[in-house]
Amino acid sequence: MTNANEQPNALQVVIGGEAGQGLVTISELLCRSLVRAGYHIVATQSYMSRIRGGHNTFAIRVASAPIAAPQEPIDLLVALNADTFQRHRPELAPGALVIADEKEDIRDVPVLNVPFERLASKTAENMAACGIVGAILGLERATLEHALESFFDGKHPEGAEDNRKAISSAYDWIGAQKVAFRNLPAPPRSAAPIMLNGNEALALGALNAGVKFCAFYPMTPATTVPLTLIKHAGKMGTVVEQAEDEIAAINMAIGASFAGAPAMVATSGGGFALMVESVSLAGMTETPVVIVVAQRPAPATGLPTRTEQADLEFVLHAGHGEFPRAILTPGSVEECFELAQKAFLLADRYQGPVFLLTDQFLADTYRDIVPFTLDTPPHWPAPPEPDNPPYKRYALTETGISPRLIPGLSRHRVVADSDEHTEDGHITEDLDVRRAMVEKRLHKMLGLEAEVSPPVFQGDAHPDLLLVSWGSSRGAVEEAAAIVRAGGTRAGTLHFPQVWPLVPKHFLDTLTSAPTVVAIEGNATGQFARLIRAETGFHIPHHVLRYDGLPFTPEYILRRLPHGTTA
Amino acid sequence: MEQPPDTPVTLPDYGEYETAWCPGCGNFGILKAVKQALVACQLRPESVLFVSGIGQAAKAPHYLNANLFNGLHGRALPVATGAKLANRALTVIVESGDGCLYGEGGNHLIAAIRRNIHVTVLTHNNQIYGLTKGQASPTSMEGFVTKAQPDGVHSQPFNPMATAVAMKAGFAARGFSGMPDHLAGLIQAGINHPGFALIDILQPCVSFNKVNTFAWYKSRCRDVANTHDPANWEAAMKLAFQWDDWIPVGILYKNDRAPFESYFPACAPGPLAEQPVDRNALRQILLSYA
Repeated sequence: MTNANEQPNALQVVIGGEAGQGLVTISELLCRSLVRAGYHIVATQSYMSRIRGGHNTFAIRVASAPIAAPQEPIDLLVALNADTFQRHRPELAPGALVIADEKEDIRDVPVLNVPFERLASKTAENMAACGIVGAILGLERATLEHALESFFDGKHPEGAEDNRKAISSAYDWIGAQKVAFRNLPAPPRSAAPIMLNGNEALALGALNAGVKFCAFYPMTPATTVPLTLIKHAGKMGTVVEQAEDEIAAINMAIGASFAGAPAMVATSGGGFALMVESVSLAGMTETPVVIVVAQRPAPATGLPTRTEQADLEFVLHAGHGEFPRAILTPGSVEECFELAQKAFLLADRYQGPVFLLTDQFLADTYRDIVPFTLDTPPHWPAPPEPDNPPYKRYALTETGISPRLIPGLSRHRVVADSDEHTEDGHITEDLDVRRAMVEKRLHKMLGLEAEVSPPVFQGDAHPDLLLVSWGSSRGAVEEAAAIVRAGGTRAGTLHFPQVWPLVPKHFLDTLTSAPTVVAIEGNATGQFARLIRAETGFHIPHHVLRYDGLPFTPEYILRRLPHGTTA
Repeated sequence: MEQPPDTPVTLPDYGEYETAWCPGCGNFGILKAVKQALVACQLRPESVLFVSGIGQAAKAPHYLNANLFNGLHGRALPVATGAKLANRALTVIVESGDGCLYGEGGNHLIAAIRRNIHVTVLTHNNQIYGLTKGQASPTSMEGFVTKAQPDGVHSQPFNPMATAVAMKAGFAARGFSGMPDHLAGLIQAGINHPGFALIDILQPCVSFNKVNTFAWYKSRCRDVANTHDPANWEAAMKLAFQWDDWIPVGILYKNDRAPFESYFPACAPGPLAEQPVDRNALRQILLSYA
């Protein structure tokens, strides 16, 4: 079997240091420069839940050909402190190079001792490191300098000049060194890609879908969704409000939506736990709301800045009583954009809560992206106004969907109630009405099922080994399968971009016909496999699970595949 | 039923409905005052949105003819805030009880006062939980005995007026269900105040509160309109703590802070629901991520 890091066209740069050392700034700058030069990247952040100190890394996997997952072995390690080297030494690939300050005592591995003090002012040393990496990777000096210019965008002219000098000195210095390091082949592309992480793509998808209102309470790793909306609120006419708590956030979104604004919230497990009663409220009042749950390891506060996929069952069952919902699970930055649009469409059509279930890994991972086409998403026409009152907000219909008028934008009065209600929206304890309303609400599931995004199959037809995944692990699973295939085993992958509702005819044949099926999930108990079994009776016998807070890599999956399933 | 928009709004526009309240409940006086105030403001029912929580008071908007979102216990204020931000032209009125607004929803009250969103809050304050049959509420007086507090309430009562005045709420007033005309005037002033307005409305609960009865309130509530300047914060603060044989009713405090929604440029052009998606701007935004 081959290994991911033996791909000749990919290598991994890891930059490590303390929080506050400018790690994120130089990493993002480097990523942007690589993307502008035409390389493909998967850049993942691993950070501790603190603002200063601790140990943080930014791992940039860079390739000349498309890639979709992080990798484990490190080819170029930038150690902004000694701790970084000690921690990551075991992960160094054969031929790896370490970049460190000349004052650090690093032995037994190839190391480039850089006189940072001579190359840059104290505050710009991180930028000198950025220049060193850029030069080693063969990036043109101008590419980094242009990226730096757009980063500062005319602000802080002195700081910008200091940083530009640091990059320049780094390039000059390295020109005089003999550095032995394998370079990547020049990228073949000439398209003008952009660089986005999952949260940014999700927010942009929401904007394209027409989001006009977002309320949030800050919670890692969801916060950059509202922050992205705030950044563009002026141009896009969006109202974003930091609420007093998550309960307020979702109720504000429901209020705004009731008054006609496409609305969303974004949070993580603990914050979502506070929203749960109001998920049921959206179901009962049939108010559209898009709920982003960016998962992180729990229970309780858990590991606030790491990743996990353990809230599937929670989100699936959140809210008292029975009402329809849809849960979309993007598997890539592109799917964050696409499925955010779909979430708004479904929420609008089926008038209730629709979930986007992501996680820290996907939220924070930067990728090179071909700019999306901005089609106008198809909207259902507003219902005709009835001629005479009373307007019935919850009129019983064949589909379960009642024509939704907006209060204040109609000559009719619109009445919604969290109590069981009559067709005109008023509180009732008529038990025949109760039964009819339960059936009406649940009837909307049929429409939701007809619009499910089916699972995506990749690989050999009739595979001997089938890897099943949902959400953010898609890239690692597909790369792992590609490596298995290269080793001579017929392998396929089945990625679920939507985990609820499930439509068995979309996937049951694929599952039953594969001799070996493995569920790959970022949780400790195999929640999705359990859901498949509950819905279809099909038992997935093998699992590759991960719950140490880190994202899946192809290597992690390959090490854990059941014995005898690969050639 | 449907009136052309140029006819004056009259009481029948807001309808008459059968209620689920006990005979003699203070809610009747409040309902009457609310309708009176809406007519005095000449607001058309379709331009008014009531948001309520859960409790006997929260049912009140079901008994008049206007838009209504009857949501969860304690959560009326954030729903109202979202709706007002989505459409500034809506007149948004929150109507619920002391348990809903001061207990379960206390954090939202504080946040709404801070924001100064143009929402008018009508708290039916009977110092007891009626719907759940007689437990202490946040405003029950110390020593008040209930089935759930057989030794009497040990906590100090929440003072909504003192809280609102201390936080310099846009508009803080107290009314009494037994003075419906006076109350209608307060509600009218609250609706017309371009910012957050809290109107704490004292009312008897004939079934469960045998201490703070109609007669108890009636003998204590006296209007301060002729003796107090609501711009005088120190005097308002003093009145807010006045609670013995004299309970002041009327507008205790108001100021002219700009309403919260005025700070959002996106709210200015009209209802968010009617604003287009500017895809040219979005295309430029996308490219800025290069």
